Amino acid sequence: MAKLEYDKTGRLLFTKEMKKEYTILLPMMAPIQFRLIQKVFEEFNYKTVLLDTEGPEIAQVGLKYVHNDTCYPALLVIGQFMHALQSGKYDVNKTALMITQTGGGCRASNYIHLLRKALRKAGFENVPVISLNMSGLEKNSGFSFTLPMIRRTIGALVYGDTLMLLSNQTKPYEVHKGESMALVDSWIENLSNQFRSGKGYTISEQKKNLDAISSSFSQIEMKKVSKIKVGIVGEIYVKYARLGNNNLEQFLADQGCEVFVPGIMGFALFKVDNRLEDIKLYGGSKVKFKIVKLLFDYLEKMETMMIESTAKYGFTPPGKYSHTKELVKGVIGYGNKMGEGWLLTAEMLELTETDYPNIVCTQPFGCLPNHICGKGMIRKIKNVDPRANIVAIDYDPGAPRVNQENRIKLMLAVAKENLNAQSDQKNVEKTNSKMQIKAKVKTTA
Amino acid sequence: MKVGLDVGSTTVKCVVLDDNNTILYKTYERHYSQITQKISDILKKVRNEIKGCEKAEIAISGSAGMGIAESCDMDFVQEVYATRVAANTFIPGTDVVIELGGEDAKILFLSGGMEVRMNGSCAGGTGAFIDQMATLLNVPIEELNGLAGESKKIYTIASRCGVFAKTDIQPLLNQGARKSDIAASIFAAVVNQTVAGLAQGREIKGKVVYLGGPLTFMEQLRTRFDTVLKTTGVCPENSLYYVACGAALCAENTVDFTQVINSVENYKGTGNFAFNPPLFKDQQAYDDFTARHKKAHVETGDIKAYDGKVFIGIDAGSTTVKAVVIGEDKKLLHSKYLPNSGNPVPIIKSFLEELYGLCPNIKIGSSAVTGYGEEIIKNAFCADFGVVETVAHFTAAKNFMPDVEFVIDIGGQDIKCFKIHNGTIDNIFLNEACSSGCGSFLQTFANALGYNIEEFSRLGILAKHPVDLGSRCTVFMNSSVKQAQKDGATIEDISAGLSLSVVKNALYKVIRASGPNELGRKIVVQGGTFLNDAVLRAFEQEMGTQVVRPDVSGLMGAFGAALYAKSKYNGSSSTLLNSQQLKEFVHEIQVVNCGMCSNNCRLTVNKFSNGRKFIGGNRCERPVTKKSPDETLNIYEYKLKLLQEYKPKKGKRGVIGLPMGLNMYELLPFWYAFFTELGFEVVHSPISDRKLYAKGQQTIPSDTVCYPAKLMHGHVQTLIDDGIKNIFYPCLSYNLDEHMGDNHYNCPVVAYYSEVIKVNMRDIEKVTFINDYLGIHRKKDFPVKMCGVLAQYFDGISLKEIKKASKAAYDEYDRYFQKVRARGHAIIEQARKENKEIVVLAGRPYHVDPEINKGIDKLISGFGVAIISEDIISDKVQRFTTNVLNQWTYHSRLYAAAHYLQSQKDMNLVQLVSFGCGVDAITTDEVREILESEGKIYTQIKIDEITNLGAVKIRIRSLLAAIAEQRESKG
Repeated sequence: MAKLEYDKTGRLLFTKEMKKEYTILLPMMAPIQFRLIQKVFEEFNYKTVLLDTEGPEIAQVGLKYVHNDTCYPALLVIGQFMHALQSGKYDVNKTALMITQTGGGCRASNYIHLLRKALRKAGFENVPVISLNMSGLEKNSGFSFTLPMIRRTIGALVYGDTLMLLSNQTKPYEVHKGESMALVDSWIENLSNQFRSGKGYTISEQKKNLDAISSSFSQIEMKKVSKIKVGIVGEIYVKYARLGNNNLEQFLADQGCEVFVPGIMGFALFKVDNRLEDIKLYGGSKVKFKIVKLLFDYLEKMETMMIESTAKYGFTPPGKYSHTKELVKGVIGYGNKMGEGWLLTAEMLELTETDYPNIVCTQPFGCLPNHICGKGMIRKIKNVDPRANIVAIDYDPGAPRVNQENRIKLMLAVAKENLNAQSDQKNVEKTNSKMQIKAKVKTTA
Repeated sequence: MKVGLDVGSTTVKCVVLDDNNTILYKTYERHYSQITQKISDILKKVRNEIKGCEKAEIAISGSAGMGIAESCDMDFVQEVYATRVAANTFIPGTDVVIELGGEDAKILFLSGGMEVRMNGSCAGGTGAFIDQMATLLNVPIEELNGLAGESKKIYTIASRCGVFAKTDIQPLLNQGARKSDIAASIFAAVVNQTVAGLAQGREIKGKVVYLGGPLTFMEQLRTRFDTVLKTTGVCPENSLYYVACGAALCAENTVDFTQVINSVENYKGTGNFAFNPPLFKDQQAYDDFTARHKKAHVETGDIKAYDGKVFIGIDAGSTTVKAVVIGEDKKLLHSKYLPNSGNPVPIIKSFLEELYGLCPNIKIGSSAVTGYGEEIIKNAFCADFGVVETVAHFTAAKNFMPDVEFVIDIGGQDIKCFKIHNGTIDNIFLNEACSSGCGSFLQTFANALGYNIEEFSRLGILAKHPVDLGSRCTVFMNSSVKQAQKDGATIEDISAGLSLSVVKNALYKVIRASGPNELGRKIVVQGGTFLNDAVLRAFEQEMGTQVVRPDVSGLMGAFGAALYAKSKYNGSSSTLLNSQQLKEFVHEIQVVNCGMCSNNCRLTVNKFSNGRKFIGGNRCERPVTKKSPDETLNIYEYKLKLLQEYKPKKGKRGVIGLPMGLNMYELLPFWYAFFTELGFEVVHSPISDRKLYAKGQQTIPSDTVCYPAKLMHGHVQTLIDDGIKNIFYPCLSYNLDEHMGDNHYNCPVVAYYSEVIKVNMRDIEKVTFINDYLGIHRKKDFPVKMCGVLAQYFDGISLKEIKKASKAAYDEYDRYFQKVRARGHAIIEQARKENKEIVVLAGRPYHVDPEINKGIDKLISGFGVAIISEDIISDKVQRFTTNVLNQWTYHSRLYAAAHYLQSQKDMNLVQLVSFGCGVDAITTDEVREILESEGKIYTQIKIDEITNLGAVKIRIRSLLAAIAEQRESKG
């Protein structure tokens, strides 16, 4: 069995031996993207389990081991881990945990430490925790986020974002119920087969795959009905994880909405761009700037592929990062980088612009950055673009679902009214233009 | 024909409209949580009374109606939306609708860009809140309005949520403030909450309409709104039925009435609610449990037969008053447990009268008072001793378990618990204002559901599926309970669930324990709430251990006080008023403003017989001693004075204004020197106070952000009102690097709050608002970048000038720190010379703001303690490893200071935490861990808009008592 090794601060390390023997538990966030990322990890010979546990007991376990005023995502992620370790399903002497660390100025960078505190409290101090980060924060001999792995993870994100985007646009209208999600599953299967044989990562393969994906979704038979179009933005965890947002997407679907959720790629671009902005605003190394810029450009190239292939088949493509960024000029500064920072504000403007003016802005109760870039900006967004119809929803273990849903319903009532007014307007326009055409015909005659 | 139903949190309203939208029928009934029953009753009545409604268009609205609408195939209309439709139909030309319901507050802006606002999930319910407050005042809700009409003064009551307000009102009651004044203050708080929480920068003007129960029934509440909004709103006829009317107006589907009634009657929720294992598996288990707990009892004696010396203990708690009489052999001779209906003085008076009547020849050895009302009772009746609650409870617990390791007391309003280490109180946990709930919470629920508390809790004992309600505050609990009911939970399940949630609240929110090992094996539980077997069992179950509950559980404070009085008895006769003096006893209350300093505390002056006087509501001893307190050993006072010395100097480039809040509390020297050097006249906004806060209150977009951030709105508004044209409030992601942590960020709020100010305050457009992102952490790059920034606003400032100014700025910042540290060390030295305790009052730089710290520094120094701040000693240690990511400059100082205390025997740390500060969820745990690993006591004080210092006092006194005892035992 692998020996327990510690670094000089006393942190338990994940060793090479452990890589062979241990199973790494991954917390769930965005299901489609994370399932694909898991495949990438498997390809690099890490044994992983993506936790898909749900239910109120997860928050309860979290409350038991984490400071109750900590943000909800920490409670849930840590709760999910502790719940898994206590379930007896895993050999705790051969299990490791993985969690991301962004190194930003918000509380989220501390999740890993809160997780270790929780492990100590529960008597699991021999379970190593691996930090997944690109800031060089913590290192382990048994795990390294190598360049090829980073590239492939990015690849998986691109596929994941695309699948999420497309299925969101077809699911509400599909004639054969379940077709869109079945297609998502079959693509995940297809892609993981490709990954296994080392395929699907080159630019040309990605292009081909993305085109094939978009094409396949465009063949789904759809009903022509008009639905309320709702965008979801917010703190990254509660935005994507149904455990965090009480299955918001499903609720909206049940209310007869089409949902648009901006992808993780935008967030990745934002986080990389922050490093460039820091240097621009405060000064810093030119060499570092150049290296970061390379990564940034690479991500942008990926984004362009996604946009092109989805647009080609008639879908609303994801917003272009550079354009999204432009939208927020004069509204909030580019130095605002903690949490989702200015990107959150920008995404709301972007959604409004692209005909998803009805927005649920999700955040954990007491989320610090969202006081500023979320709730703090709603008024301004409405000034800039009066079409915006935004509701801010707080999530925490005590917030009752009824109240959240009631608030969303209010937003939807207004949305419905706007939609009706719009279609009335369209009808008027239609008749007008018909008359104009007639008039034209007359004059030419 | 259209039928609209409005199913609210406490009532069901129904209207029937004819085709001309005339109301044919209306009804308004309380549903006592029997929602479906009530709806079907009402519908049946409608069917019988209104002709032609067999086929009607029906729609349902209201928070509690959602699920029912869905499963019974009726249209659901969101209630705010319904209000809007109704207002537009019945009162065209309405600009703003203000609607208060059982649990929600709403503002609708109808004209000029429609907007609807509902209270955020934290803001609590207004109708329910007023109900709670009426219960607290012990007056029927109808009388509250009348009382408010007779008021003369308004007290400041925290306007955020009911629980906060309660903590403000209780002490006012205990201090003897007039009920009428409190009633009016409650209304003022409601108005404040609605306006501040919901307006969010939009002015309420034009034709204002008041709707909903509270505003319909209480004209004094409307008057309050009118006064604050400077308008005369109207409360239309049928103001209770607007939501129901709106629903009716929106109804589209024609349905068969009888069918609807049938489906409502058959409605059975989803049957899915989260639940816990039952408290007892069967009656036998419960009987065993009762038998076990019967063992912990106190021996009693007959007071009439007894003829030795007696000792009296009084516990004037927040909701109840307890008094006991014990004999020399510690036998319990007499006891009283009474509700504190606002004023404890007459209750104690009648207790003593009764006692003297019972045994005219009683020989009183001595007496002691504890609890919230300690001071007033001690003064009123000349009791011999006052004792801190924690000490009283510990004394009592020791009587049952001499080697007790942990004591937890859940009372009506508060939770107190502490660990015992080496025979002294070691670690004190008190519930923060937010997580109250406790006993009165159960009581409120029992009453709301139509039971008395004993009955209600008994119901839970054999519940099969105790509902899992989580551990949050009362307001959330209301909705969760309703949800569970809808999902099919029985009243038994709910009762058990509420008991569990009380326990979870105590364990996970207050103590933050994860298991019994953390608390010790020997636990004594007490307080009235533990008399409830369901709560007691829930505690044992949750902790997985057996505990001791004395049979006098509810009297422990008083019992402890009596034991304390006995232990202090030295043979001299008791000062307690005797029966003759009691006959002459009078009590008069007068309310005045102190006016001896800027706090201008509202004082309640209690006058007793013989000209004795007791002043309540004061934060310092000044109104009592008429002398200004000695603040030479208080670094907070020094910092505040030092910052005031940066006086504006006229300059060639005009005036620039700095808002005096958040990080400006530390960076004022920096920016002052910088801009003064450049030739600007640097003015800053005044030191915060309540009035300044009110100025900006309406423009706060997020009601859950911390108070220090909220104050910034007032500061900026003040600068604008003063005619300042350039306001400088930069964004700073990074603070200066003090090389104590992994990074040197500011927290997101400190870093970026200026962005919120910029887009949410209307008047910002009138000024040049400079809020660029600056990097003061990069000293070399700073001047160049700053040059670019300033060029956007001012012409002709050269890089050379900026370089010079930057140097001046960094130098002045260093000089300021040197001065502060030098003074800090002088304080330490002086304190050591005088043998005084030193408290490190640790927080963040802006906790120096007296409106934020609420005079806590003065309160502590009032106990003869020297005060320094964390930054005085944070540079005294080498960088060390923390268990958290140490990435914020201000918080690195906290960890460093805590670490430094290891080597300082005479220093203890008290941490100030701003309510809503997310970062402090991390720092408090870490600071506590560091201190405890060093064998120190950790004390935390949460501060917010609350103005009362009662709880803080208990904490500080307990800490000082514990320190003293520790010293004694260590010799």
